[in-house]
Amino acid sequence: MTDSLTLPPPALAPRVPGPAGLPRLLPATGTVPVDLRAHLARHGSLRYAGAPGRLAAEAAAAGLTGRGGAAFPVARKLAAAAEARPAPLVAGNGAEGEPASSKDRSLLWISPHLVLDGLQLAAEAAGSGTAVLYVQRNQRLNSQLAQAIAERAAAGIDAVRVDLVPAPDRFLAGEESALVSRLTGKPARPAYRPVRGLPRLAPGQAALVQNVETLAHLALIARYGAAWFRLAGTQAEPGSMLVTLHLADGRTSVTEVPLGIGLADLLGLDTVATGPGGDIVPSAGGPVRAVLVGGYHGAWLPAAEAARLPLANAALRPLGAAVGAGVVAALPADRCGLAETARVARYLALESAGQCGPCFNGLPRIAAALDHLAGPRPDQRARADLERWAGLVTGRGACHHPDGSVRFIRSALRVFAVEAGLHERGRCTGTDPRPFLPLPAGRPASDADWS
Amino acid sequence: MTGITHTTALWYASRATGVVTMLLLTAVLLLGILVNRQGRLPGLPAFAVTGLHRNVSLLAVAFLAIHVITAIVDPYVTIGLAAAVLPFISGYKPFWLGLGAISLDLIAALIVTSLARARMSRRAWRGIHWLAYAAWPLAVVHSIGSSSDGRGGLVLGVLVGCVLAVAAALAWRLSRAAREIPRAGRAAAALSHMSARKADLS
Amino acid sequence: MEKRLRVNPVACAGHGACAELLPELISLDEWGYPIVADQPVPHGLRREARRAVGNCPALALSLARVA
Repeated sequence: MTDSLTLPPPALAPRVPGPAGLPRLLPATGTVPVDLRAHLARHGSLRYAGAPGRLAAEAAAAGLTGRGGAAFPVARKLAAAAEARPAPLVAGNGAEGEPASSKDRSLLWISPHLVLDGLQLAAEAAGSGTAVLYVQRNQRLNSQLAQAIAERAAAGIDAVRVDLVPAPDRFLAGEESALVSRLTGKPARPAYRPVRGLPRLAPGQAALVQNVETLAHLALIARYGAAWFRLAGTQAEPGSMLVTLHLADGRTSVTEVPLGIGLADLLGLDTVATGPGGDIVPSAGGPVRAVLVGGYHGAWLPAAEAARLPLANAALRPLGAAVGAGVVAALPADRCGLAETARVARYLALESAGQCGPCFNGLPRIAAALDHLAGPRPDQRARADLERWAGLVTGRGACHHPDGSVRFIRSALRVFAVEAGLHERGRCTGTDPRPFLPLPAGRPASDADWS
Repeated sequence: MTGITHTTALWYASRATGVVTMLLLTAVLLLGILVNRQGRLPGLPAFAVTGLHRNVSLLAVAFLAIHVITAIVDPYVTIGLAAAVLPFISGYKPFWLGLGAISLDLIAALIVTSLARARMSRRAWRGIHWLAYAAWPLAVVHSIGSSSDGRGGLVLGVLVGCVLAVAAALAWRLSRAAREIPRAGRAAAALSHMSARKADLS
Repeated sequence: MEKRLRVNPVACAGHGACAELLPELISLDEWGYPIVADQPVPHGLRREARRAVGNCPALALSLARVA
């Protein structure tokens, strides 16, 4: 595990009209952690809800949805947690297994007290006596968080004890049932969950799991109210969100934006300069061929199309994409989209938990076929095989890893269809062989890598 | 006791059904090992292995019941009904019979939990099923100690055969398990298998 | 009351006994794992379905009541 904590610098919020009050979760600039004193000076003391159901009602009025990728309505989870007997364990999910996302660890490093406030509020709403913060094994981040927790305990702010639980550095470590598995002392592998509802820690013991960014928003909603929260974002998708941007020149940043902001604004895409029918869009970081929205379980969009779209599920879902955990990456025009996707597909295959036959058999084969298609003069049987395998893995795993991976790969085959045609004739538009999308080194080898 | 000649039909019936039960229990254990490692019986479908394992176990229980009842009813030896399930309280060879009683208790647990499989957690059912590896050796030792001619002859021959068969099956099971790819490596194994195939094709 | 077959994909080890006992509703993919038809179990096949469930060595197959 790496000890260094490289955080992309938070960018100034892009041009946002009106008094939306951004940034909310992060300070205006910089990566310097906000200590307890500064936190209390800016936001005032933690405002507990005071009565069961109040926080859920406020979250419902605010329309807050989960910021971990699934966008599940927070009020429903809180209500279910309040009804569960005995009181569920509350867990803040900061695992952030998605390699292209840095927003959660940035938030935990810079504004831990917002997350910890939210954790206390969730615990109050659920009626639980303990809370857990699930974070990757980064020494600096963990000692920072431990210090923040101790500071609050000394100041008597927290009603409920908070334990830090280490998350393995796996793509699936943040999956809800994998987190719950890890909390029971087993490796962080997803579990089969035939019944929807709060995940079970043990027979009769449920868990309330929320992404750390979601908790931070809760902490602010409790102070400033639902109407304030709705000042940013759209009617259907209110509020702000942290996004991890990957610009075409390789710069990465974490920034807080209102939902519904144009992808063109996010990436600095110059739609005016794009010729009619052109597929390369110039941007602040260089010419862009395609945009990846939603991370490695998200989808590719052609740059020209992406430039006309907002960061909102209402517009993205019909196109097979989603906001997800807020990863937006611009693929430079000099990179081959198929090769990049093949690299990621291989990573996704190796990150299979190895539990479900269709997944650990199908994803590696799909990755190998895509690798073949990303090379020169591929055999077209690879394409047919890939489609067959994609159909075989969808919906047949315990979790959504096969489904999300197939969505990502299918979007690449759609968006880079022209590229695929060129490869058949032995050509490729990619002139820069350097990898672009971030992937961790090393691969899991034993159970210890999942613990 | 060894000086007395037991000529009752009940006594012979108990001994004979005891030997048959031992053979059937051995078959059940071998079939169970086969099921676990997804082994196949030549010419038979997969469900035949699981089906035989269950049906032979029920047959074994039937013979076990006759073995126990004939022993209890036999007037020449003092074995009460309670001694069949509570160890070490029989009048006749309490220690060796007691081991049989323990084995019977474990077998009862295996049968009952297997009939009620759908109603219990997988983990609990598997945990109890492991007791088979305690029930079978107890039955073997019970057989050796209880039979008056167990130190020689046909019965001993049968028991030795059973032990050898189970030892061989266990060795096979352990070697298969050792070669099984752990979960963390399964996707990687499939990936390198694909690369190897690609290398062959190109 | 509808009943549907469900496979626990984590428990399933690809024994394949289920597909042999209920080929009308269960087939095996190219790796030996069950593909269950997305339809309720017809009454005429209920007995075979229960047999398939009972024969699964991994306890991976179940019959679920669906509203």
